[in-house]
Amino acid sequence: MSERSAERGHPRDEIQDHLKPLRAFALSLTRNSANADDLVQDTIVKAWTKIDTFQPGSNMRAWLFTILRNTFYSDRRKRKREVPDPDGAYSDTLYEKPSHDGRLAMGDFKRAFDQLSAEHREVLILVGASGFGYEEAADMMGVKVGTVKSRASRARARLAELMGLAEGEDVLVAGDAATMGIMGKSGVQAA
Amino acid sequence: MNFAMKKVEMGEDSDKSSIRNQIDENLKKVYQDALNEEVPDKFRDLLEQLKKKEGGS
Repeated sequence: MSERSAERGHPRDEIQDHLKPLRAFALSLTRNSANADDLVQDTIVKAWTKIDTFQPGSNMRAWLFTILRNTFYSDRRKRKREVPDPDGAYSDTLYEKPSHDGRLAMGDFKRAFDQLSAEHREVLILVGASGFGYEEAADMMGVKVGTVKSRASRARARLAELMGLAEGEDVLVAGDAATMGIMGKSGVQAA
Repeated sequence: MNFAMKKVEMGEDSDKSSIRNQIDENLKKVYQDALNEEVPDKFRDLLEQLKKKEGGS
């Protein structure tokens, strides 16, 4: 049975091709490797079980990422340990001034990234690092494209703020609005 | 005069995009670092188990 499935290239056999990105995304959300591993394992089991809901020919990675982030947020709701905070209202958390020599030190950056809400880390990784477009990210996150753009913009501003780049907020939001205008016209975001 | 104003604006713009570019660069590094980590064997073991269960039923 499973042999015949393999010959026909059953979508289930593709799951293993996405393990690295899945774990990288899980790490971005959890910032903790044990939790990331648990999350990936739950995602694998769910994906395996509901493989019939995968549309052949569509983007398997996006489908798996969606399962993973939905699992993450629903676990979090169940635990109720962290308050959902899409726009990062932890305003008093970190105000250390890095020596600003024009480059962002990686250590400072990672510390600031860790301070972001999961929603902000998610949107930044999806549209800023993992190569998904705004439309795909919107589908995965279950929100409108405009929400993805504004959330990404606020997340960048928050990140700049956490790194002590005082003018980050104005600077980045303004920059993003300009970019959004351009992309709004073309309607498509070049990944 | 016009020229001078333009120059100032451009200077600010390049500051903005510089911060933004650096943020995006660093985001890619964070993600790339995570991608470079070894995939734990337990994930493949889990897939094998699921496959076996499927075949047995």
